[in-house]
Amino acid sequence: MELVCLGLSHRSAPVELRERFAIPETQQGALSIELATIPGLRESVVISTCNRVEFYAVAQPGLGFEALHAALAQRGMEASGDAFFRRSCDDVVRHLFRVVCGLDSMVLGETEILGQVKKAYSAAQEARATSKHLNKLFQRAFNVAKEVRTRTNITRGSVSVGSAAVELAERIFGKLSGCNVMILGAGEMGELTAGALQARGVRSIFVANRSHDRAVTLAQTMGGKAVRFEQWHEEFSEVDILIGSTAAPHFVLTRPQLEPLMARRRQRPLFCIDLAVPRDIDPEVNDLDGVYLYDIDSLQAIADQSMEERRGELVVCEALIQKHVQDFRAWLDSEAVRTEQALHSFERRAGDSPVHGV
Amino acid sequence: MDRTALVASTLCFLAGFALSVQALRARAQGPSASTLWVTLGGFVLQTLWLYQRGQLLGRCPLTSLFDVLVFLGWSVALLYLGTGATYRLSLLGVFTSPLVFLLQSIALALPMPSVAKSVLPVNPWLELHAAVSVVAYGAFALAGIAGATLLVQERQLKTRKLHSFFYRFPPIHDLAAANRRLVYIGFALLTLGLVAGIFQGIAHVSFLRFVSLGVWVLYLFLSIALGWKRISPNRAAWLASGAFLVLLTTVWAVQLVGKS
Repeated sequence: MELVCLGLSHRSAPVELRERFAIPETQQGALSIELATIPGLRESVVISTCNRVEFYAVAQPGLGFEALHAALAQRGMEASGDAFFRRSCDDVVRHLFRVVCGLDSMVLGETEILGQVKKAYSAAQEARATSKHLNKLFQRAFNVAKEVRTRTNITRGSVSVGSAAVELAERIFGKLSGCNVMILGAGEMGELTAGALQARGVRSIFVANRSHDRAVTLAQTMGGKAVRFEQWHEEFSEVDILIGSTAAPHFVLTRPQLEPLMARRRQRPLFCIDLAVPRDIDPEVNDLDGVYLYDIDSLQAIADQSMEERRGELVVCEALIQKHVQDFRAWLDSEAVRTEQALHSFERRAGDSPVHGV
Repeated sequence: MDRTALVASTLCFLAGFALSVQALRARAQGPSASTLWVTLGGFVLQTLWLYQRGQLLGRCPLTSLFDVLVFLGWSVALLYLGTGATYRLSLLGVFTSPLVFLLQSIALALPMPSVAKSVLPVNPWLELHAAVSVVAYGAFALAGIAGATLLVQERQLKTRKLHSFFYRFPPIHDLAAANRRLVYIGFALLTLGLVAGIFQGIAHVSFLRFVSLGVWVLYLFLSIALGWKRISPNRAAWLASGAFLVLLTTVWAVQLVGKS
């Protein structure tokens, strides 16, 4: 019995190639059972995400890759060339553990992949394409992912400008459900950040743009309220998070403008996110009591710092994974011995039976 | 009197401090269950010791600086255990445990006054005045801690130098709310204590009257300012932290005057 894995990922293949091999979620279970039933293979799980397509299988020794290649070729998927990687035995175990922990992801430590692998495994299991070995392997992988997340900081911190802004907002206001957001300008970054804040449940979003039509369109998309650009300060007393994202060549908000507006806010803090270049918000507003200003560089610095911290955790993660690879190897060996003993016992019993003697 | 329970309680708070620091270094979201159990254990031992002390003295154990420090530590632990979950301030245990440890260590370093059972009749107003006032001081201590934490968090936000523990402490909004609530709780208790003091005649002692009224007025202004939202959270934090330092000075001053 041999564990094999054939696949391609963002590390080895460009998106043009990955999209050719992508398998829709609804077909992953069917393909898994199709592979598991071809001669030479016993169990199979197919994982297909935007960054990877991987075929895991339990095969008869020496037949795994040949059988996989043949089966895929029959479906018009020629899985050969440098873009495809091959793993066998312990390397398969290590690779899967690394994948579910997000160590092989484009964004180190991302957690979405765990859910995707769980879905793929579930589909294969429902299609009865898995048995003892892959069930054990995948369930162990999910436990490893949980342990690595709990015991290391590989998933901690925000690694994008948008998520850094959302995390800072949560460190200021706690739950964002009571917060109102205002976007000045309809730039893409502003829209994305407001979308991330909206996903965390902010109460309402105001959009003010020089082109009012564009503000109305964006407000409708986000379920917010459009405000005329000249009148944005009229809604300001309700705003907790201000996003600057205009194309203005000068500051849209200065300290002398903000000071009287802050006086009307009854000491509520204000988080200013300036995503515009040239900047929209005068850096001097950060000196005001209760005002916290972050521009795109300072947010990027936070994201970079988090990524650096995640990289620093890699050694700890790899050590944890290595320990689990060894444990799994021990289980595989004990299984092999148990199977061999069962086989001998069966042969002995078959030899002693009266039928055999006739 | 046997100090075993008090020493064991102090060690519990030292362990609580160590566990909280460990949680902070591991970037846990809050203290582990063991931290809360250790703090609870410390609190139970404190309560046991204070009960025994009260039985020996025949009154509320607040007859010396030694007793006051232990009682203050007990109040801080009581408020922490009571408010921790409600106000999501679990990581304030990082500061609560060392504060109680410090208070009790100072107490243990002092010679424990000999126990002489009071021959005077127990005045319930005096007992109420002393006990409630010290619990109020505990609330002000926690308000001061919440304020200090808020100032640390705010400084990091303003300077954009975010240390790893920035993400582990409560949000500024929650700290400001805790600061405000603890000041209100403390002020209500202090007012009750002051009224009880007036009933038992403490108002006739000029120095104590001056100190008590001074502290009460200080927190009255702070409570009004917080209620009217006329001062920013960081100024409120400065005031709450500063006011607690003033309080500590008054405890010491009252003891000095009492001796003289």
